[in-house]
Amino acid sequence: MSQPLVHAVNVSKAFGGNEVLKGIDIDVDAGEVVCLLGPSGSGKTTFLRCINQLETIDGGRIWVDGELAGYEEKNGKLHRLHDKRIAGQRREIGMVFQRFNLFPHKTALENVMEAPLKVRGRSKADVEKRGLELLDRVGLFEKCDHYPSQLSGGQQQRVAIARALAMDPKLMLFDEPTSALDPELVGEVLTVMRELAQAGMTMIVVTHEMGFARTVADRVVFMDGGVVVEQGDPREVINNPQHERTKTFLARIREENDEHAAALEERAEAEKL
Amino acid sequence: MSSTGSPAAEAAGERPGKIDAVPVRHPGRWVAVAFLTVLAAMLVNLLVTNTAFNWSFVRQAMIQSPVIQGLLVGTLLVTLVAMIIAVLLGVTLAVMRLSDNPVLAGSAFVYIWFFRAIPRYVLLFMMGTLGFLWPHGLPIGLPLGHDLVHLFGGTGDLAFTTVDANKIFSGVFCGMLGLGLSEAAYMAEIARAGIMSVDPGQREAACALGMGNGLAMRRIVLPQAMRVIVPPTGNETIAMVKDTSLLLAVPVGTELFFQLQAIGSRTFETFPVAVAAVIWYLIICTVLMVIQSRIERYFGRGFGAKPSKQQGARTRLLALDGGTPR
Ligand SMILES: Nc1ncnc2c1ncn2[C@@H]1O[C@H](COP(=O)(O)OP(=O)(O)OP(=O)(O)O)[C@@H](O)[C@H]1O
Ligand SMILES: [Mg+2]
Repeated sequence: MSQPLVHAVNVSKAFGGNEVLKGIDIDVDAGEVVCLLGPSGSGKTTFLRCINQLETIDGGRIWVDGELAGYEEKNGKLHRLHDKRIAGQRREIGMVFQRFNLFPHKTALENVMEAPLKVRGRSKADVEKRGLELLDRVGLFEKCDHYPSQLSGGQQQRVAIARALAMDPKLMLFDEPTSALDPELVGEVLTVMRELAQAGMTMIVVTHEMGFARTVADRVVFMDGGVVVEQGDPREVINNPQHERTKTFLARIREENDEHAAALEERAEAEKL
Repeated sequence: MSSTGSPAAEAAGERPGKIDAVPVRHPGRWVAVAFLTVLAAMLVNLLVTNTAFNWSFVRQAMIQSPVIQGLLVGTLLVTLVAMIIAVLLGVTLAVMRLSDNPVLAGSAFVYIWFFRAIPRYVLLFMMGTLGFLWPHGLPIGLPLGHDLVHLFGGTGDLAFTTVDANKIFSGVFCGMLGLGLSEAAYMAEIARAGIMSVDPGQREAACALGMGNGLAMRRIVLPQAMRVIVPPTGNETIAMVKDTSLLLAVPVGTELFFQLQAIGSRTFETFPVAVAAVIWYLIICTVLMVIQSRIERYFGRGFGAKPSKQQGARTRLLALDGGTPR
């Protein structure tokens, strides 16, 4: 039982002639929190989307919980799985998007209830009770009857996290969950994610929030140009990067963060006046 | 000076107060209003004093039982059924056209191309004569059954039953079918625009939750597409009400305008009969517009800034007390 929950080997993916992933090897153990770092265009989003098969990969293999994603091996030959089986594999993986992608025609509670009700076919009473518990867990119990358009960005993202959790996934994927948020709303989403990590959820998080990576992640993986450049303990990689590309990237992020902090401070000053 | 709130006054410690300004005058608007008022007065005068309207005859013509029957069957029922056919078939065609499968997409394209090209009057006329294709009845059974049996040297056609083609391709049924098939081509384009208007992230979010393509389309994409689909569909429905007067081509007699015309040609009161038709169409159109606004409000939920029923959280808290929310 010591096999990793996510076992990605030599994963490659090209869009047209543009090679975006060039042989990615990543293992994630159950209960582990891995942060994916890397400059824009390095293929972080694409890799996450490959794990839950929103993109098909051109080469390599991805196993999630011992099951080969998207294919079946019979007599030494790969067979593409039927759409229904792929949908079944996706059920075990929760995904949180940069732009939330809540269903705008459904209330917060209906968003959370939709998949367990229609996909798992559970009873309405159970699903509603569970949905309210999850909204409570992300601190939005009072907002259950609000439509997404009536919620702030941070609240929408927390509903999106509750919606993904409602399917009881084994693995949660986060694609820059806070980068579409105003700086003062980032904290509330990170808090929810931190709690989730402490509760033992396996998570792969693409983020530029170094504070989160340093304090919550068990491991950070630095990607650039479609390959894994280096990975390891978050404090070691972030404080003492070995590769030139990692150093440049981290220096730039630090600069940006300082600018951000300065801007926030300035705003706070202005509000005080 | 102080009442205008000038900087000098403010410097003296006075702050500007309530605004009591002279509004901008619009003399052009007043001329237009006067002109329209005169026109309206002339119209009322015409309606009341001109005896050619013969209002009592108009009223009687409107409620003659063949006219009412024509209204209910030929106009309202045909509109309803034709639009149901059109919406269901149209959405299917739209999904086919957006499919990756070139055969499905191509067939939908050919359908839309064909039915958009044929004038409705001509289509209805042709559908009314289709019975000629199967003078011995239309066999219902194995596709190409007759030809297959022939190929292997047998006789018969492997049909479960044979229906009279002249019965299918005549009367109200034929009219509904013809108008529905024709309208489906337009509805397909409307539905396609609606589906394409939905953010692709919505389908991805649904798929990431483990929904299949069909479920994602039905539960997530189409309900959002409806916001874009409903207004033009209302338009199409109103146009369909008016197009039922083309049923004459099939021919169908139980239809509002045909029946009123019949009264007109019997009594030579042609003008009041036209007025009766106009009034009926105005009434139907008004009712349809009310229904449309209701439907639009339903599918617009979650998109306006209006808060939803806020009672929920508290009553649910009570319901949850048995559980362990915190
Ligand atoms: N659907 C697509 N079609 C074509 N090219 C794509 C597609 N999706 C991504 N790409 C390309 O793949 C490359 C990697 O994109 P990806 O979104 O994975 O990067 P990323 O690391 O997530 O960057 P960011 O930090 O900006 O989100 C980019 O060059 C992008 O242009
Ligand atoms: Mg990205």
